[in-house]
Amino acid sequence: MALLEVSNLVVDIPTEDGTVHAVQDVSFTVHEGEFFGIVGESGSGKSVMVQSIMGLVAGARTSGTVDFRGRNLLALGDEAMRSVRGREIGMIFQDPLSSLHPQYTVGWQIVEQIRAHEKISQQAAKARAIELLERVRIPDAAARFDAYPHQFSGGMRQRVMIAMALSLGPALIIADEPTTALDSTVQAQILDLLDEMRREFGATVVMISHDLGVLARVADRVMVMYAGRRMELGESANVLCSPAHPYTAGLLRSSAFNREPGTPLVPIAGRPPSLLAPPSGCAFAARCPDAMSICSERPPLRRYDDGTEVVCWLEGEPGEPPAPELPPAVEARSDDPAADASIVRVESLRLAFPQRRGPARVVLDDITLEVRRGETLGLVGESGCGKTTLARAIAGLVAPTAGTVTFDGHELSTLGRREWRSLRRRVQVVFQDPFGSLNPRRRVGSIIGDPFRIHGLASGQGRRAEVQELMELVGLNPEHYNRFPSQFSGGQRQRIGIARAIALKPELVILDEPVSALDVSIQAQVLNLLDELQRTLGLTYLFISHDLSVVRHVCDRIAVMEGGRIIELDDADRLYRDPQQPFTKRLLAAAAPEIPRTPARRRLVRTARPREAGPAPVLLPERAIEGARR
Amino acid sequence: MSLSTSKPPAPRLATPKTAAIAARNAADVQLRGSWSLTFARLRRDPASIGSITVILLIVAFALGAPLVAAWTGHGPTEQFRDTGLSPSGIPVGPSAEFLLGADQLGRDVLVRLAYGAQVSLLVGVVASIAASVIGVVVGVVAGFFGGPVDTVLSRITDLVMSVPFLLCAIALVAVLGPSLPLSIAVIVFFSWTGLARVIRGQVMALRHREFVEAARSLGASRTSIMFRDILPNLVVPIIVYTTLMIPSAIVFEATLSFLGLGIVPPTPSWGNMLADAANGSLYLIAWWMVVVPGGALLALTLAFNLLGDGLRDALDPAASKGGKGA
Repeated sequence: MALLEVSNLVVDIPTEDGTVHAVQDVSFTVHEGEFFGIVGESGSGKSVMVQSIMGLVAGARTSGTVDFRGRNLLALGDEAMRSVRGREIGMIFQDPLSSLHPQYTVGWQIVEQIRAHEKISQQAAKARAIELLERVRIPDAAARFDAYPHQFSGGMRQRVMIAMALSLGPALIIADEPTTALDSTVQAQILDLLDEMRREFGATVVMISHDLGVLARVADRVMVMYAGRRMELGESANVLCSPAHPYTAGLLRSSAFNREPGTPLVPIAGRPPSLLAPPSGCAFAARCPDAMSICSERPPLRRYDDGTEVVCWLEGEPGEPPAPELPPAVEARSDDPAADASIVRVESLRLAFPQRRGPARVVLDDITLEVRRGETLGLVGESGCGKTTLARAIAGLVAPTAGTVTFDGHELSTLGRREWRSLRRRVQVVFQDPFGSLNPRRRVGSIIGDPFRIHGLASGQGRRAEVQELMELVGLNPEHYNRFPSQFSGGQRQRIGIARAIALKPELVILDEPVSALDVSIQAQVLNLLDELQRTLGLTYLFISHDLSVVRHVCDRIAVMEGGRIIELDDADRLYRDPQQPFTKRLLAAAAPEIPRTPARRRLVRTARPREAGPAPVLLPERAIEGARR
Repeated sequence: MSLSTSKPPAPRLATPKTAAIAARNAADVQLRGSWSLTFARLRRDPASIGSITVILLIVAFALGAPLVAAWTGHGPTEQFRDTGLSPSGIPVGPSAEFLLGADQLGRDVLVRLAYGAQVSLLVGVVASIAASVIGVVVGVVAGFFGGPVDTVLSRITDLVMSVPFLLCAIALVAVLGPSLPLSIAVIVFFSWTGLARVIRGQVMALRHREFVEAARSLGASRTSIMFRDILPNLVVPIIVYTTLMIPSAIVFEATLSFLGLGIVPPTPSWGNMLADAANGSLYLIAWWMVVVPGGALLALTLAFNLLGDGLRDALDPAASKGGKGA
């Protein structure tokens, strides 16, 4: 039975730059008791869509209908909507730290939520809250009732959020990227918990994610969204194992977990269209390998006999574009042919931060590591295990408490000022956050030209020429020399960071989670770029990531870190086949499994032409939204 | 291997199309530059437009002071005892000869107002720019280096903030004698502290951002990081605070002149014009001697304050937008 029926939903958000057409003509049905997944890249409108269903987008203009238990949610008043939120539809947000109030205890927040909707006594509400906390397996729930959010770990906070969402027994739970901010082992636990709670409480779950691997694990049915439109919808096994839409197929091809290690990923070229002026035909046509001339018209809805619905002109299966050719590898450069194979040696490195009270906090504990020239060494671990600190120590940016780091025969702690500066030319870092690592107030040309300026290597026209060559090399348009970082997308910004890092032809590049902030299709572009650069320039990479599938895809050897120690170090293949440590086994178990590709066995049953350009849909008046204003 | 050709092969990329596609996409929607956005937001704010107009009019009036003097035929310090004063020595009110009336010595209030505007604007702009330079340098250095440097500079800032302004000014003038440079120096000395505190806080936050780390990992020197990486990110608070400092400097100057500690008579300034009016309770019979300079002072400071507020809203819409990707 249908619990939530969305038909022809349109959401427009007026902004300073123009109207953002965030959701365009999306229809779907969520059946009672199912786990419904919505997948899409950032900016595909998936979050805006569910938030506007909940009436949480201030200033949005909506049309279409959202039928929930016989009521049209879009037409409900503020007061009626408030009683639906929480009571009938619970929400779980991405960041459990910012969605819990830091100044109130978690228990108080759950009790508050219950008492806002139900007239029950404080004691009864408290008893219910403690029971809920026990249900989501918070250990010692009665004692933790009076704890503040900062006293919980990320996973525990997300459990509290789930308890809160369940507190009023809602029929529908909307989870917006509930596991994205968590470590992979915790991610798996939260997904299992969510699934279990759904069965136990008989609730229906709509979960949004950008991660196909996550949805493949739990969702019964999935909807794929792109540029505010619905691309494909159906049983998750059908959609993910034998995609009918070229976009779904492309996403799967560019996911690292889904490709053999060593084979290049097949990225989806280009980037999503601007939602300010979306194309009138198929939104994906510009990036689609199967694009035809008819794609400039609005595609029809095709329904297959296995229940899959696809909005596409293509009738057959989407084609398989050839994998990009990679240039042949060159030998790793070495100034001294007699130099040994290792470029960096770390010996019994220890790093401890003194604390005001209590003993010093040990971040790195007795680490011995060797990076070989020309290889890609992966460094894997959960957040807080010290992998970034180790990278900074190897780059010479933090001084170790004990132990040595040797770069190409020079011990870092003995370097003088001038030698340290020349070391900076040979070791470079690409940072995790493509938004934070570029100075927002400086132009791209000056950011990429910085290494030349700092080391006094080129100036004026010469520097400009060097920078433009680098921009070409990493796939940026050299004409964008004078733009600011904010005018680029995430993937392009990471290219800027990479261009800056390779400007001085370094020998070692430390990549600190270079793709974790990027969308899957963009991830594949950047990973391929890194691979090409390594082959053409003979670079050595130290690749830090929490994502085992990405690491496995690019690395020759993998070091696993836990609690400031390296607990396992082996060839990538061997580590995968035969992990020794229990922690490594857990990590591997939590990593997304490969989605088997099966040939489609489906028959087209119906093709619905899009409604011709009739009268424009009537937009409902802007709704004054309470509580959504910041 | 075929690699050993004489010329190094041009790096071949598997994704060469990307740039072209991205460029085309970017060209579809022209992103507006931050300055044009700021300007558009300012234009939509009637208070900002009004205050800019008032400021420009007063600046033009100050620059045109000699023209005003020539047009009326009255010098700024010239005394017209026969026409400007009644037989009993009372200043005449606004009339065809003295558009804004005359003062107790028979001088033209309109002309003195124009010359006084010069002094007010000069003191306001010079003092606030000098104060913001000091404030920025102190704030950036304290915030960037931290530790003992920060402690010393912050305590000095606290010390200056706790010195009573008027007592100190009176003591200094008593020793050195009143003059224009001295009043500017006193105003600067008491004005830089607020900005220094704001900048220090911002620098402490910026210092830990990844782009500073990135500059450090490239081998940039500390001076280069401070002035090339951090300073450009402080443009907004600097502009806003400097604008907001101008009216308070103008009021400072008027206060000093009113107390006879600033501009030396007979040079006109709005402050000593007000002091003349207060002398012997002349304002009871010659209201224009209070209303004219007082109104001008009010209009100018109000305009600068409104402009500062408007600039803050226009330059920093983050309060209403927020988010990284916005």
